Amino acid sequence: MSYTLEGRTGTWEIVVGLEVHAQVISHSKLFSGASASYGGEPNTHVSLVDAGFPGMLPVLNQECVAQAIRTGLGLRARINLESRFDRKNYFYADLPTGYQISQFTHPIVGEGTVEIELADGTVRHIGITRLHMEQDAGKSMHDQDPARSFIDLNRAGVALMEIVSEPDIRSPEEAGAYLRKLRQILRYLGTCDGNMEEGSMRADVNVSVRKAGEPFRTRCEIKNVNSIRYVMHAIEVEATRQIEVWEEGGEVDQETRLFDPARNETRSLRSKEDAHDYRYFPDPDLLPLVVEQAWVDELERGLPELPDDKRDRFVRQYGIPRYDASVLVAEQAIADYYEEVAKGRDARLAANWVTGDLFGALNRTGRTITDSPISAQALGGMLDLVSDKTINGKIAKEVFEDMLETGDSAAAIVERKGLKQVTDTGAIDAAVADVLARNADKVEEYRGGKDRLFGFFVGQVMKAMAGKANPAMVNEALKKVL
Amino acid sequence: MMESYCFMSLDPATVRRIARLARIGIDESDVPALQGELNGILGWVEQLNEVDVEGVTPMVGTGHAALRTRPDVVTDGNCREAVLSNAPDAVGPFYTVPKVVE
Repeated sequence: MSYTLEGRTGTWEIVVGLEVHAQVISHSKLFSGASASYGGEPNTHVSLVDAGFPGMLPVLNQECVAQAIRTGLGLRARINLESRFDRKNYFYADLPTGYQISQFTHPIVGEGTVEIELADGTVRHIGITRLHMEQDAGKSMHDQDPARSFIDLNRAGVALMEIVSEPDIRSPEEAGAYLRKLRQILRYLGTCDGNMEEGSMRADVNVSVRKAGEPFRTRCEIKNVNSIRYVMHAIEVEATRQIEVWEEGGEVDQETRLFDPARNETRSLRSKEDAHDYRYFPDPDLLPLVVEQAWVDELERGLPELPDDKRDRFVRQYGIPRYDASVLVAEQAIADYYEEVAKGRDARLAANWVTGDLFGALNRTGRTITDSPISAQALGGMLDLVSDKTINGKIAKEVFEDMLETGDSAAAIVERKGLKQVTDTGAIDAAVADVLARNADKVEEYRGGKDRLFGFFVGQVMKAMAGKANPAMVNEALKKVL
Repeated sequence: MMESYCFMSLDPATVRRIARLARIGIDESDVPALQGELNGILGWVEQLNEVDVEGVTPMVGTGHAALRTRPDVVTDGNCREAVLSNAPDAVGPFYTVPKVVE
């Protein structure tokens, strides 16, 4: 089902493209040796280059280039062996030089693609137009003084990757899926931490609407949206606004807008009427960037297994459903945990325990996989007891809860509580006989054709044996007698 | 082949707009003189249109030397006094500017 909005004049579809700013993981800044780490004392992670002192020259950080190339490879994109840095000119107090060094006409990465999967299982490919490197700006604080704004340049000059998508996105859900997938890829690659709350990943959202079959109409750009949820809201709110404008006979102006989550509306940013006249030109301080194909190949060999590949391998290697595999590769650490549990064991059973009971437990305790109260080895140890029939599935749940609480090993808990599964046919037969004797009426009904009662008998026998009986043996014993 | 190109000429409004983008305050009386100077520069650059570039691959840059890069090591910063030394109105660890209102 494609996503549409109903207006007075008919059905509208939405067209969305995203520009994502992702902060590069590096020790030092893109063009200076000042620290790129977050949260230093104000204006301490600043060199004279970042502060825009006269005569200071930018020198490119090789690792930032490597990170951009790795990201390009992860997006299955073309790497441009020749690229160039340009100056993007605008005046703002937190931009000391009066220009941002960016890449305009010759970005380091060209066309690529990101595969997204929607809730109903639909798979779509979102085109990547380009990825380029640029500098971050400093931070302005407007609430410190009635007459002045305070400026901290610690962020100024930190490397960003701007990742631009094609206008291929057709619903808020697709936008959310794209951002999550992009973040997942960046985290796997180790090129950006993807933390939207801290601002290390933010999105500019281009939105337009059209009737089916029409060419694109005018778009608006919503700046600096800092959570996936807000991106999804902003798209819907802005599309609804544009439909109203068109349906009232108006024109949508191409402009920059801000999303206000508190009021659930977008507002025009008219103060920046000159903002789009950036007068780009090649930065004369920097020569063109030329990289060797051999280096690109070397970086490619060093890439980790990417989420889509890992998912497909999990399906192949472990025989688990594609959906479970997608859940398990959401984060590298989860995938590693799962593989540790699955190694040499029943991989489907391992997937069920990790995505079911373990995720549930992590949710309840507010923990993540990396500080899971039950280690992969410990969970594996418990599954071994299930596989060798020391405990049955029901008792396993009890053991799991105990592990969660005490941190003891499954074997120790089984020993302490005497939970070892009963496989003694004599004991099971006795319990079966006892249950049938006490429920003679139900036995009559069952034999009269009420098949559903079989489950009742199983339950009664299990209860009589404190849940410790081997379920398969109980079934067999019951069938024999009935 | 007859090549014809028109001489690009700046009008007074464009001159005023360029001044505003560059944050340069100019008197209205300066506009005609600046218009003449800028048009002179443009006219000189226009000579490039006489070069036939049919079939020539666009150049990324003119330099043949490779761009110098540096390893990703923190070697600079932690010099707040120097960084703020030219600031006309620093407050504590911050630069300040007249309030920027969004």
